[in-house]
Amino acid sequence: MADMDLGNAKKMTIICTKGTLDWAYPPFILATTAAAMDVEVTMFFTFYGLGLLDKELNLSVTTLGNSSMRMPMMGMQMAMPNMVGMLPGVTAGTSVMMKNLIKKKGVASIEDLREAAVLSDVRLIGCQMTIDLFEKKTEDMIEGVELGGAATWLESALQSDINLYM
Amino acid sequence: MTDNITPDEILDTKGLNCPLPILKAKKALKGMENGKILELASSDPGAVKDFEAFCRATGNTLLKSWVDDGVYMFLIERVV
Repeated sequence: MADMDLGNAKKMTIICTKGTLDWAYPPFILATTAAAMDVEVTMFFTFYGLGLLDKELNLSVTTLGNSSMRMPMMGMQMAMPNMVGMLPGVTAGTSVMMKNLIKKKGVASIEDLREAAVLSDVRLIGCQMTIDLFEKKTEDMIEGVELGGAATWLESALQSDINLYM
Repeated sequence: MTDNITPDEILDTKGLNCPLPILKAKKALKGMENGKILELASSDPGAVKDFEAFCRATGNTLLKSWVDDGVYMFLIERVV
């Protein structure tokens, strides 16, 4: 990163707290686009967001507790009653449907966006406290992840033009 | 259509959605010399505003953008 620091480059940080398939998108889309626009980006992964750094991603999305979730089906916008969403296998089925939709619409996979982030020198910080809390193994995480805590993010955030919490 | 501007590189991002056209454009521009011209095709209507913003922010010049049979076309000059 040091040789990438141009001094006057714009900077952005994103705190990533959510690890579901739907909520993985906003931080990775903004991080990769910002990097493409010559912004120096730092992503801080904490709590459920930390799982987004796992080598093997198996992200899922649930309709439960998400009353505004509608999926296009047979030309209509379909919602799922919570009673149905709680049945075994429904979350897996919904996740497969969402992934198929993502592919069909030419939307990048999270794996692809994450790889783009790595290739464009986005700084990835895994929260040490979360690793301890959830007994996560750093060897299960992708290469190039830095470990740090609140102060590590703050140092970066204090120098940044944009700081987002997602 | 392109007013005698001959692109040095051509990039087809049709079928790809936000932010992939921008990411691919950036990658292509990175490998080009100052003054070289990239022609990009996209099927994403959002790309029109996004490429205007991308070029303003990165200093590359958006020479021209137009719609060709439902495909959004862009000519971008690489400015280093």
